[in-house]
Amino acid sequence: MKIRISVSLACAAVAYAASALAAPPSGKTIAQQGNGKGAPGCISCHGDKGQGNAGAGYPYLAGQPKAYLVHQLKAFADQTRKSPVMQPFASALSAEEMDAVAEYFAALPLPKTGGKAGTADAVGKRLATQGKWSVGMPACFQCHGDRGQGVAPNFPAISGQSEDYLKKQLEHWRKGERSNDPIGLMQSVVGHLEESEIAAVSRYLATLSPAKAP
Amino acid sequence: MDIRFLFLFTLVVFATGNAARAEPAQPAGEAAQAVTTPIPVKAFQPPSEDTIPDDEFGKMVRLGKNIFTHTDKYAAKYVGNDQKCVNCHLDAGRLAHSAPLWAAWVRYPAYRKKNKMVNTMQERIQGCFRYSMNGTPPPADGETIKALMSYAYWLAEGAPTGVKLPGQGYPKLDKPKLEPDYERGAKIFAQNCALCHGADGEGVRQGDEQVFPPLWGEHAFNWGAGMHRINTAAAFIRANMPLGKGGSLSVQQAWDVAYFINSHERPQDPRFEGDLKATKEAFHNHQCRYGDKVGKTVLGQSSQ
Ligand code: HEC
Ligand code: HEC
Ligand code: HEC
Ligand code: HEC
Repeated sequence: MKIRISVSLACAAVAYAASALAAPPSGKTIAQQGNGKGAPGCISCHGDKGQGNAGAGYPYLAGQPKAYLVHQLKAFADQTRKSPVMQPFASALSAEEMDAVAEYFAALPLPKTGGKAGTADAVGKRLATQGKWSVGMPACFQCHGDRGQGVAPNFPAISGQSEDYLKKQLEHWRKGERSNDPIGLMQSVVGHLEESEIAAVSRYLATLSPAKAP
Repeated sequence: MDIRFLFLFTLVVFATGNAARAEPAQPAGEAAQAVTTPIPVKAFQPPSEDTIPDDEFGKMVRLGKNIFTHTDKYAAKYVGNDQKCVNCHLDAGRLAHSAPLWAAWVRYPAYRKKNKMVNTMQERIQGCFRYSMNGTPPPADGETIKALMSYAYWLAEGAPTGVKLPGQGYPKLDKPKLEPDYERGAKIFAQNCALCHGADGEGVRQGDEQVFPPLWGEHAFNWGAGMHRINTAAAFIRANMPLGKGGSLSVQQAWDVAYFINSHERPQDPRFEGDLKATKEAFHNHQCRYGDKVGKTVLGQSSQ
């Protein structure tokens, strides 16, 4: 009995020492299993290919610029982007782990989401492709790429995210719950939009696919 | 008369976010406190795009618009750099304070100091190809110029002619309190501009698409282009940059960053005939840095 306890303690000690000494888990490992220190596997929510889960409000991460993803993880941790779900996970990741997991998702192909043809919203389309220059707002696609596919390293893909997710982000900027955007660019964009335009442009973007048509 | 007095300005003030964030940096100085975007409410409104007629004329108008917004694709053989007309004439040439085409249309023919003669609209457009686009002027009676003329004419439908309309050109900027400064300009550039234009002003390309234009270097506008003048660039920048946040830099910041951008090498002035000093004396009696020494290089010397 005594011996067995000390053996298992020794085993635990060895295992602990090994894990402390081992290199940080790879991006792939974090994505699939978490880092073992409070961050769970990301794919349980963000999808096994990083394609997201529109119904549940989990955005796709696949194909987003790496620097953008790292910036978001830091923002969740320092709460310049408020999310009760992501905040504890991001806080549990070291800088190296953020880097590794961001690199993993950035290297995956952009998902072929969206594509609900026939639901194109005229107001939303105009905002996305032409902007609202009467108040000095450029087209969304001037910064986010001509199909909303993102422009590395600073501008994320926005096409094909779910309508709810997009709307929530824009609302968060309006309410100051997201204030991590460089030069306050999105804060400025949102300040130029009516409530109904936020809904329209989110609806429109959700119908598009960020991945190029084959 | 100062045209700015004709404008009512809408001031759109945004609260700034958490000041504690470490990166990327917020605008320096007073711009960090609030963003004010001046918008001329009384500027002429060009017709909306979906009213372009469905006939032969409409076809030319559409071609003109495409040339203007995708110059690299629709007028490739006349373009010698990585610029599009729309880069300096925002919202497809419609935006007041961004040298809009409708305001230009009603001004020409006009006398220009640049070549000391009365210029037609065709000649004015050819000038932008030669200098801003570092290319070859298309023939005045060819399709490229005709299409651009049709587009400008259509945009100006209903505008009074022969007058300087509010919103024409770039709004003239007050003189800065301090002499424009390279170091201050470099800092402003890093904080407010490099995000899009690149740390070395090289711009951003994605596939075969220019997303953000280069501001200096071999793919930028040349030493003969209007934008190489510090006052012109400062006026454009103050009204229109950072993209979507025009009016957010202070007057001083606009001059400093314009000075910085235009203190870099770019393609040669096409009027150069082998003698930098002669070219400077003949064509550069204005606020610019052509022929100045910056670090070890004399600007205008190493260009091709
Ligand atoms: C329990 C579900 C869940 C898990 C597990 C999860 N996330 Fe998230 N994640 C979310 C939600 C919800 C959001 C949207 C937050 C918001 O509304 O702003 C999000 C947003 C993000 C974003 C911002 C995406 C964008 O487009 O701006 C990143 C980056 C991210 N998560 C990374 C991760 C990483 C890395 C992991 C694994 C270590 C992870 N997430 C695990 C639910 C989850
Ligand atoms: C002047 C440039 C600019 C314009 C114009 C612009 N954006 Fe953005 N947008 C950004 C930047 C920069 C970010 C990244 C912010 C960050 O790092 O958190 C961003 C992020 C976003 C996000 C968050 C994406 C995510 O996965 O969480 C959404 C949604 C968005 N933009 C929607 C829009 C819409 C809709 C429009 C047009 C109405 C628009 N943007 C126009 C610069 C711009
Ligand atoms: C959000 C991205 C963004 C930021 C930030 C930005 N620009 Fe721009 N800039 C652009 C785009 C896009 C254009 C072209 C406009 C168009 O095509 O509609 C442009 C055009 C220009 C031009 C026209 C010259 C040319 O060669 O085409 C100048 C000069 C310029 N910007 C200077 C600046 C300066 C100075 C700053 C910082 C104070 C700045 N920009 C910040 C996106 C940006
Ligand atoms: C690098 C910036 C740049 C590019 C690119 C550019 N322009 Fe210009 N353009 C200017 C500047 C600067 C002026 C003078 C504005 C001022 O000083 O008020 C100007 C003036 C003009 C004017 C006269 C405006 C007026 O009110 O007198 C026309 C017309 C014009 N440009 C057409 C074009 C066309 C067509 C193209 C593309 C073939 C083009 N521009 C490309 C910078 C540019």
